[in-house]
Amino acid sequence: MRAYIIRRLIMVLPMMIGITLISFAIIHLAPGSPTQAMTDLNPNVSSESIVKLRQIYHLDEPIYLQYWLWLKKVMVLDFGDSFSQDARPVLDKILERLPITLLINILSLAIIFLISIPIGVLSATHQYSYFDRIASLFVFFGFSMPTFWFALLLMILFGVWLDWLPISGVVSMNHANLSPFGKIMDYFTHLLLPVTMSALTSLAGMSRFTRQSMLEVIRQDYVTCARAKGLPERTVIYKHALKNATLPIITLLALSIPGLIGGSVIFETIYSIPGTGQLFYQAVMGRDYPLVMGSLVIMAFLTLFANLLADVSYAMVDPRIHYE
Amino acid sequence: MSEKASRTFSRIFKERFLSDWLAVVGALIVAGLFFVAVFAPFLVQHKPEIINAKDILSPPSAKHWLGTDDLGRDVFARMVYGARISLSVGFVAVGIATAIGLVLGALAGYFGGWMDELIMRFVDIMLTLPTFFLILAVIAFLSPSIYNIMIVIGVTSWMSVARLVRAEFLSLKERDFVNAARAIGVSDLGIIFRHIMPNALAPVLVSATLGVGGAILTESSLSFLGIGVQPPTPSWGNILTQGKDYIEIAWWLSVFPGMAILVTVMGYNLLGEGLRDAIDPRLYR
Repeated sequence: MRAYIIRRLIMVLPMMIGITLISFAIIHLAPGSPTQAMTDLNPNVSSESIVKLRQIYHLDEPIYLQYWLWLKKVMVLDFGDSFSQDARPVLDKILERLPITLLINILSLAIIFLISIPIGVLSATHQYSYFDRIASLFVFFGFSMPTFWFALLLMILFGVWLDWLPISGVVSMNHANLSPFGKIMDYFTHLLLPVTMSALTSLAGMSRFTRQSMLEVIRQDYVTCARAKGLPERTVIYKHALKNATLPIITLLALSIPGLIGGSVIFETIYSIPGTGQLFYQAVMGRDYPLVMGSLVIMAFLTLFANLLADVSYAMVDPRIHYE
Repeated sequence: MSEKASRTFSRIFKERFLSDWLAVVGALIVAGLFFVAVFAPFLVQHKPEIINAKDILSPPSAKHWLGTDDLGRDVFARMVYGARISLSVGFVAVGIATAIGLVLGALAGYFGGWMDELIMRFVDIMLTLPTFFLILAVIAFLSPSIYNIMIVIGVTSWMSVARLVRAEFLSLKERDFVNAARAIGVSDLGIIFRHIMPNALAPVLVSATLGVGGAILTESSLSFLGIGVQPPTPSWGNILTQGKDYIEIAWWLSVFPGMAILVTVMGYNLLGEGLRDAIDPRLYR
């Protein structure tokens, strides 16, 4: 297992280089140089910022040198200064917004985990029952739902018509004056819709996957054996079968992280949550290129490490894993 | 079993597919949408781009079946024309993704070795990048046009196809018919495209069908954020964006486009799942 983890760690480096290569390629995607594209897109762009762009990406150098100079900065997480009014370092702007996005994504992952596994297991153990059919229907809705639309409708329903939940932001105006319990409730009411919506899409996929995984496991010999030696059905399902069925789910959960992070752009924009998703959206709309590049690279690195974490914990819980 | 085996594949396929009523519903939705997109001009009483200042934000009525928007344009007409946009984005994007996935998956699966290693690591890296961030970043550098959207969605969604095709190639390349082709001197490219590829297409068809739904969802999210299909060209996503500002006084602007997206994506998903169950006997229980 140690060998596996070491190999897995070594793999991270080429992956990181790959991520930077793809990100770097994006700077050069526009026809001609990025500066040309910028002037094409935005006639109001000042000649000053064109000079800035040429400078920070060393666009007058040969391309391999451009990449190398950029990579050297990326390695120390220096993404330059934002093009927006405040002109602050990109890294600072991202870091101060990261906690809320991470919080929402971790809560979403927890919800996905806590809801999809019971649904999947019950669907598998009661295959073709009414519960299974209703769950399948829910899965189809979840897969097909334009979540941004659903999020909008729920915001209007609960936030405006019923007036049960606040419609934007993370805290109320009077947050500082609330009791500790009141503060927690304040967070809860603000985050309830964003977290639920963010979990919805993956929730459907994960329930489906758990069902499949469980269906495969409960047909195996050791499960029949556990039944044959007279164990109660509960023990067979929840102690023997579930353990093996949940293993692949860990990997899939890790794979759903890029989707969750991407989704945060939409939900943070709809619910006005000051996280990295909203920051990124503003950067794209304002063509704040250093901020766009910085967010992309940081988010990709975070995803990479989340995947690494999932793979390592997978190797720890499953003794069958070996790296050949 | 022997009785089943004696029948042709297409008959078994047809029987299985038709006995799955959800799949049939999916096929009907998809066919209906094609009809709407192709015959759009004959289905609407109003032109989608005609502005009518006297008739703004009027609720659904006999004259305007789905009401009018903030510029007095007929929502039904805009949605019908929007179907053309959404479907073409879905199809072209999936076409691009499938083409890339087929070629890279075939190369990786057939040649193996360093080629396989290189391509699959590339797949891993692409899967690590948050796709939606990637798409938005690319759009920030290019301009948001319908063609750029198609290309960007296609270029960021080929990875699952590549994995699927690679797996098919890995199992197919050891078969006797491939050895036979090699023995009579068929070139590598000939074996890949003429002999193995046709046998690997069934699962690709399923994933492409499901992919159309996904691409339509992505396009509508982008248009909703204002970086997808640009107005005045109607797309379901940007009708929704315009509608969200009037959601409290004009619900029809937000409800109908969303429902259209939901039903369309569900249609493709149902059809895709139905095709999978009908094609793959292992899943047929």
